[in-house]
Amino acid sequence: MSLEQFKNRNVGTQNYTTLDVGTPPETGTDKFLQIIRRAVKGELFVGLWVVMRTMLQALFKNDMHTVKYPLEKLPISPRYRAIHDMLILLESGNYRCIGCGLCEKICISNCISMDTRYDENQRKEVSEYTINFGRCIFCGYCAEVCPELAIVHGPRYENASEQRAGFSLFEDMLTPIDKLNLQQEYDGFGAISPNADENIKQTPLAY
Amino acid sequence: METTLVENLPQVTAAGVIIKAVLILAIISALAGFGTFIERKVLAFMQRRLGPMHVGPYGLLQIAADGIKLFTKEDIVPQHANALIFKIAPIITAATAFIALAAVPVFPDFTVPEFIPLLGGTFVPSIASDLNIGVLFVLGMMAAGLYGPLLAGMAQANKWGILGAARTAVQFLSYEVVTGLSILAPIMIVGSLSFVDFNDYQTAGIGSWMIWQQPVAFVLFLIAGFAETNRTPFDLLEHEAEVVSGYATEYSGMRWGMFFIGEYANMITISVIAAIVFLGGYDAASTFGWLTIMLKIAFFFFLMLWVRAAWPHVRPDQLMWLCWKVLMPLALLNILITALVLLG
Repeated sequence: MSLEQFKNRNVGTQNYTTLDVGTPPETGTDKFLQIIRRAVKGELFVGLWVVMRTMLQALFKNDMHTVKYPLEKLPISPRYRAIHDMLILLESGNYRCIGCGLCEKICISNCISMDTRYDENQRKEVSEYTINFGRCIFCGYCAEVCPELAIVHGPRYENASEQRAGFSLFEDMLTPIDKLNLQQEYDGFGAISPNADENIKQTPLAY
Repeated sequence: METTLVENLPQVTAAGVIIKAVLILAIISALAGFGTFIERKVLAFMQRRLGPMHVGPYGLLQIAADGIKLFTKEDIVPQHANALIFKIAPIITAATAFIALAAVPVFPDFTVPEFIPLLGGTFVPSIASDLNIGVLFVLGMMAAGLYGPLLAGMAQANKWGILGAARTAVQFLSYEVVTGLSILAPIMIVGSLSFVDFNDYQTAGIGSWMIWQQPVAFVLFLIAGFAETNRTPFDLLEHEAEVVSGYATEYSGMRWGMFFIGEYANMITISVIAAIVFLGGYDAASTFGWLTIMLKIAFFFFLMLWVRAAWPHVRPDQLMWLCWKVLMPLALLNILITALVLLG
């Protein structure tokens, strides 16, 4: 099929296949006969049977479609772009990240910031790595550009939190879940100013 | 008006009737709440869902949660609404639903045990008031119940409410004719308007049930009963997809809950009438007579939920067309044939 056929929008020039729905009744007698035909056809009872069959299957064959969401979850596609994972080399336990900075460069919402230094072995290591999830649009460019497969998109899609600062630090989001106790407070995107306490004025209790 | 059932039973006193009225009010209100739970469960199963599951075992305490919610919700009367009528309307619906139940036999009769102080020995009848015009009274009360949605829709200063009220009038005018005419043929056969006489007419086993003599009247009455209780093929009054919530749009909290209780009480009433008039009613002689009528009522209640899961609803013009051009002529024809057979 060529593109031309899709571009032709002149109604009536295409080859349509019409469904055989018959002709609507014209006279009163025809309408009456149609009603009689439909009334004695028993299609309403077919409908009743369909839902009853569904109910019996649901009750006795355990054919339920409900997923009790917080307790059980549907498997998620490996291509899903949720909260990032920073992967670790299984053999040595080192981070795969080599600190090249490509993800920081390519990020179109400027939400990745990283800092690197040379450790005692003159090996480059990442001293600070942050993704501000208040700004991240989950485009996936960072995971795509990473030469070492260090930063990838993980399957964690439940990213609600009591404070927006909770999702920004390397230690919070980009490490395995068993290291969550290392979580530190972070004044993230949109946090109040450090001197917010000083700006608050006392209000009198009695006017 | 003496009936055969009442003859050899103890004297019905005012105390017994009051106890009966309180019992009906308490049990039917609770059943109406339980009916919402059953409805949600049945609809869920028919759509392969679980329904309410988290409050109590299998979600049974969902009724309590809903009740607490309804009672503690803010009671809002809209700014331009006619406040008096707005407040009266839900009471009309709930009250007429329960008044209709006064002339319907519900639950078996019993005598209060002697050890209970004050009321010991009081005979509580199965029917709060065995009127000799029971059928007319019940149908009339259920028809009067339609003033609830009608006044509610017009009083609340809301266009959806007005549409709901207009649809109430349309539906009211259409089905009420069919309800009366369809039940007229069984009345002609039995020759009485008392539900007890209907029951006594059909005591000779399944073969004597009215449904075999009057299948057309049974179907017509069921259709009209669905319309009377606003159940799904005819739920025009508050169809969410079209008129938001119809007459109940502006209602909240327990005022809305009273509409609901009235609707479910009406469903139970229609089920009881259908069970007594067409399906043999209760067998007063046997021990399990009351169990059989409970099963019949439960079947009709289930049928309403079943139909709601299966069928789409009709448009208002289709409802009028159906009632006036199909059902009413059929009912008249049925009466005519019944009369000819009775005369001949």
